[in-house]
Amino acid sequence: MATQHSRSAARFMMAPAVVLLLGWMLVPLTMTLYFSFKKYLPLRGGDLGWVGFDNYVRFVSSSSFWPSVQTTLVIVGGVLAITLVLGTLLALLLDQPMWGQGIVRILVIAPFFVMPTVSALIWKNMFMDPNYGLFSYLWEFFGAEPIQWMSQASLTSIVIIVSWQWLPFATLILLTAIQSLDSEQLEASEMDGATTIKRFWHIILPHLSRAMTVVLLIQTIFLLSIFAEIFVTTGGAFGSKTLTYLIFQRVLESQNVGLGSAGGVYAIILANIVAIFLMRIVGKNLDK
Amino acid sequence: MGRIVLNQVAKSFGDTQVIPPLDLAIEDGEFTVFVGPSGCGKSTLLRLIAGLEDITSGHIDIDGVDATNLKPADRKLAMVFQSYALYPHMTVRKNIAFPLKMAGLSAEETNRRVQAAADVLSLTDYLDRRPGQLSGGQRQRVAIGRAIVREPSAFLFDEPLSNLDAALRVGMRLEISELHKRLATTMIYVTHDQVEAMTMADKIVVLQKGLIEQVGSPLELYRSPRNRFVAGFIGSPKMNFIEGAEAAKHNAHCIGVRPEHLEASATEGQWKGVVGVSEHLGSDTFLHVHETGLAPSLTVRASGEFDLAYGDTIYLNPRADSIHRFDAEGVSLGTEQPA
Ligand SMILES: Nc1ncnc2c1ncn2[C@@H]1O[C@H](COP(=O)(O)OP(=O)(O)OP(=O)(O)O)[C@@H](O)[C@H]1O
Ligand SMILES: [Mg+2]
Repeated sequence: MATQHSRSAARFMMAPAVVLLLGWMLVPLTMTLYFSFKKYLPLRGGDLGWVGFDNYVRFVSSSSFWPSVQTTLVIVGGVLAITLVLGTLLALLLDQPMWGQGIVRILVIAPFFVMPTVSALIWKNMFMDPNYGLFSYLWEFFGAEPIQWMSQASLTSIVIIVSWQWLPFATLILLTAIQSLDSEQLEASEMDGATTIKRFWHIILPHLSRAMTVVLLIQTIFLLSIFAEIFVTTGGAFGSKTLTYLIFQRVLESQNVGLGSAGGVYAIILANIVAIFLMRIVGKNLDK
Repeated sequence: MGRIVLNQVAKSFGDTQVIPPLDLAIEDGEFTVFVGPSGCGKSTLLRLIAGLEDITSGHIDIDGVDATNLKPADRKLAMVFQSYALYPHMTVRKNIAFPLKMAGLSAEETNRRVQAAADVLSLTDYLDRRPGQLSGGQRQRVAIGRAIVREPSAFLFDEPLSNLDAALRVGMRLEISELHKRLATTMIYVTHDQVEAMTMADKIVVLQKGLIEQVGSPLELYRSPRNRFVAGFIGSPKMNFIEGAEAAKHNAHCIGVRPEHLEASATEGQWKGVVGVSEHLGSDTFLHVHETGLAPSLTVRASGEFDLAYGDTIYLNPRADSIHRFDAEGVSLGTEQPA
């Protein structure tokens, strides 16, 4: 887009999409802001007037606030770490020529097509159930006491379930990135005396950094708002209450829309802090 | 040191044999060029020597050691790839230093060698740039720099100049020849450009479909090609081939005369034809002559400016001692000795 003309044409063409997106974001955002300054209890009197920053103060001073922020960050961080590491390894594996490659690749993507609610329920009941889950059999087989996953290791369970869902996404993006690596570069490094591990470290990993950035950013956006996986497994109990889940409880269980909206604004702020951090850390990779 | 001997080396991909068993010796310090048409197996042969492909059968000796099963890194060879294969995320300095880093050299020694290579290749001003910020010729030089810091026993080049424009190619051709004279290291150079082959090589290996057609110095191949393929491949423009009655006069199935061994005349000569397109290069003029009754078209080199226009009648005289004769299989019968 070099000329003045093509630039204004481009702006004109993009306008509908931008307007749509703005509307899409602005309307809910404005409504959230509006309600966050009101005392609004749908079942207990409805709109009870403006209360200033009261909701904000109450949301933060609640004893569940900081733990929920911590839980959110632990889940996001855990899932990111697991999907990036395992995704890279899986992508390396899938890049090797092997028999039945096409089918294996489709199988690897499959978890992505399973709805979060369904996959979380399957994990909860088929694998992590302390009585008849597969894991309990495994633990018993080795003579160990089966873990009460949902209560003793609630966060770990959720991280495992969500990682399982997002692993295909990371794998797929990283696989296409690996495949786009010029094979002559690998051969050159082989002739330069780099061992397999050094080749991975000095050639493949830097090549993947951009794809990893994309995975990191996209996953963070979605992971900050995971809900279904918590709802159907622990129901927010045993320290697995994320910020999103806390907002849900405030709005629907306590029927306090104003308080929930204030929480929503905090969630937006948290998301932006995380985003700025991530951009700082990985942004260098994007402007190469 | 850098003597490479191929002993009955063959390569198949699945069922297709790309290189039938072949023998070849490349002497220490020699500049050897593999030349041949596209798909004839030049790159494959080079990659076999480099160790990037497994040999189906046969042996490769490097400096008297059996290298058939050695890893690429252990063969002490350095390769310059057609795409340069620079590491895009590293600066020029790091690119050149990479093989030394892998070899675990000390920082000072690495620096010294990188600096020396950069001096030789006039890259000192670019050491802190990334490959993406360099021109094609500069990238080429970085690739060569990465090869020379290792002080290998031989260099392998796979069509290193094919991505450059014509002027730069001539320049780099000279630089590589210069480098060879200075380092006196064995170099194996793959190209499909016979001009590169003729100008750079000590020894040319002409390949066709994986078979070695002929091995020799550029002038040997030019003067006494062993068969019709080599005769047609070496020399520019191509040799003219004439079959039929004219060839029979020379006791051959086919005779070949190079454009520069035909004398053109407006008035008299052995063969008569009509001038077609003429290509004026200034120093030379190449005339395409038709309707000779010998071959669809004959190419003639006339020195300087030659003013015969399109459609004029022209007479041609082949130089008697430069008529190459070939039998029905295309094998050379030598030039005709004047009785
Ligand atoms: N990995 C491979 N699998 C199967 N066939 C291959 C493979 N690599 C090369 N070939 C075949 O081997 C033959 C020789 O290939 P090669 O790349 O050596 O040709 P080349 O002489 O370098 O040609 P060019 O001048 O076009 O680079 C070709 O017919 C090619 O199709
Ligand atoms: Mg090739």
